[in-house]
Amino acid sequence: MAEVILRDVTKAFGATLAVDRLSMTIEDGGFVVLLGPTGADKTTTLRLISGLERPDGGEIRIDGRAVIDETPAQRDVAMVFQQYSLYPHMTVRENLAFPLRSPILRTPEDRIEQKVREVAEVLRISGKLNNRATALSGGEMQRVSIGRALVRDPAIYLMDEPLSSLDAKLRGELRLELKRIHAGLGATLLYVTHDQVEAMTMATRVGVMDEGRLVQFGSPREIYEDPVSLYVAGRLGLPRINALPADLFAGAPSGASTIGLRPEHIQQGEGRPSTVTRVEHLGDQTRLHLTLDGHALVTLTEVHTKLEPGDTVNIQPRSALYFDAAGNRTR
Amino acid sequence: MSGYSITEPSPRQKWIAGVLVIGYALVTLMPLLWILATGFKSSSDAIAYPPKVTFDLTLEGYVNLFTTQTRQTPEYLAEHPPQTWYEEIVRDKGMVIAGPSRFGERFLNSTIIGFGSTFLSVFLGTLAAYAFSRFRVPIKDDLLFFILSTRMMPPIAVAIPIFLMFRSVGLSDTHTGMILLYTAVNLSLSVWLLKGFIDEIPREYEEAALIDGYTRFQAFYKVVLPQAATGIASTAIFCLIFAWNEYAFAVLLTSGTAQTAPPFIPTIIGVGGQDWPAVAAGATIFLVPVMVFTILLRRHLLRGITFGAVRK
Repeated sequence: MAEVILRDVTKAFGATLAVDRLSMTIEDGGFVVLLGPTGADKTTTLRLISGLERPDGGEIRIDGRAVIDETPAQRDVAMVFQQYSLYPHMTVRENLAFPLRSPILRTPEDRIEQKVREVAEVLRISGKLNNRATALSGGEMQRVSIGRALVRDPAIYLMDEPLSSLDAKLRGELRLELKRIHAGLGATLLYVTHDQVEAMTMATRVGVMDEGRLVQFGSPREIYEDPVSLYVAGRLGLPRINALPADLFAGAPSGASTIGLRPEHIQQGEGRPSTVTRVEHLGDQTRLHLTLDGHALVTLTEVHTKLEPGDTVNIQPRSALYFDAAGNRTR
Repeated sequence: MSGYSITEPSPRQKWIAGVLVIGYALVTLMPLLWILATGFKSSSDAIAYPPKVTFDLTLEGYVNLFTTQTRQTPEYLAEHPPQTWYEEIVRDKGMVIAGPSRFGERFLNSTIIGFGSTFLSVFLGTLAAYAFSRFRVPIKDDLLFFILSTRMMPPIAVAIPIFLMFRSVGLSDTHTGMILLYTAVNLSLSVWLLKGFIDEIPREYEEAALIDGYTRFQAFYKVVLPQAATGIASTAIFCLIFAWNEYAFAVLLTSGTAQTAPPFIPTIIGVGGQDWPAVAAGATIFLVPVMVFTILLRRHLLRGITFGAVRK
């Protein structure tokens, strides 16, 4: 396991700047989650670290070593691809053993067998070891793909939305399993996801990316509670943060044009009257859709609320977040 | 409704399809069957009119194909009784076997040149196709067009220049010369066909292999090649069929050492006119290697192994 440092890493594809002076330190044993919408070039960042893409500028260090000129094999990274990329002409067992048989690792056969068994056990694919990789369901392929990384003990695990096509139950279990592997092995992970729960529960650090730039890097709580911009604030939180004109409520700091209200920032019972437009019972939470002066907002309320569409609820902000016209945080 | 699904053909449809397929196969196989039969006919049966469908089987044609014979006096024949079954066959016509014919050598030449040029075309074609498919090659499109353009003129149109060239560099009537020539002709087909197949193999597999600790060449060898097997097999069959059947250059550029079977078979002259059973026997034997090769590679042709392991 090792520390991975990116310094001013830049990559363009033709005229399109994909990664723009990205600097980030993934500490040894860290679990860093990259968040960002589709097209924020999170995957490009993983490919730059793995060596599948060569940066146009900047420096990448793995375990103190400058690796720009090294091949992917020399960098000692393991990667879980979003598209699985299982070798279709091999069985599940051969797929899992493939990295261990590489000229770099040259693992003895008995050790390979043991390692493959262990990983298959964890990922619950033991019964499928002799199947062809093409004869699996999507979820099974994804697990084999994770397994192909986990059989190794690399400097860093790079994972590109590894849990995206699993059902909720298995996703929950594998989330715990990855967390356990991280804690148990002291593994270093860089993990790309859209899923807020994965980001909040697994990450030691979260990096938020916007069009190839890293806009904030911090602990999940920092990112959630203290976002530097409206963009970052919008990446975490369900329901999403409500962005409303700052002058809707009194007490906005000067220069603020937008007030950002998460459900916990909205105090119900006092303040300005708003109208209930919809009540959504999700089971563990109840969402309340409101309009205030023609602006729609969503918040949470008591699970067994008696409120109905048309009712009036008074609301006021409580330690809300304020942003200027450019979307940057103002205090 | 008696439980037929929409996609499953009914027994009646299957029956009609079966009859059509068998009928078509009979029509296309008829010439082959005729050649096969002619090989086992006697010379007079082979040219009988109306043609004979039933006849007495004889191996005369095959014996004539593989041997050279001389006519001998009845005294000589009486003094030297035949030693072997094939000797006996030629004795009926008052001949003795003088030695083996050249067919064996010619057939061996065809095998060496056909398989040699096929191997070379597919080997070079695979490497070139991989490079064109995966690497940033300068003026790639122009190069690919140039490779294709070598195929735009019928090769025989440049027969005279090639003939002169081969003569001056000493490649005339050599195995090397013929292998190089057929490789040159087949290479454009091979590069283009294989590039199509390799383009279809997602790059992600190689990327995964690179990260799994393999070099670019190992990734090519262990991951790309097995998946290109279908393409390589069909390309090899096309190349072999061309090189195996090629007649015009073989007539022009070979006469002895490196002569292949196609120009040799028509030169088989029998006693009293063309020896059709021997020609048919030669043609039959000549067909076998391509058939065997195709049947051996059939497994790869039918298997679509890249289906479904990369999420689209």
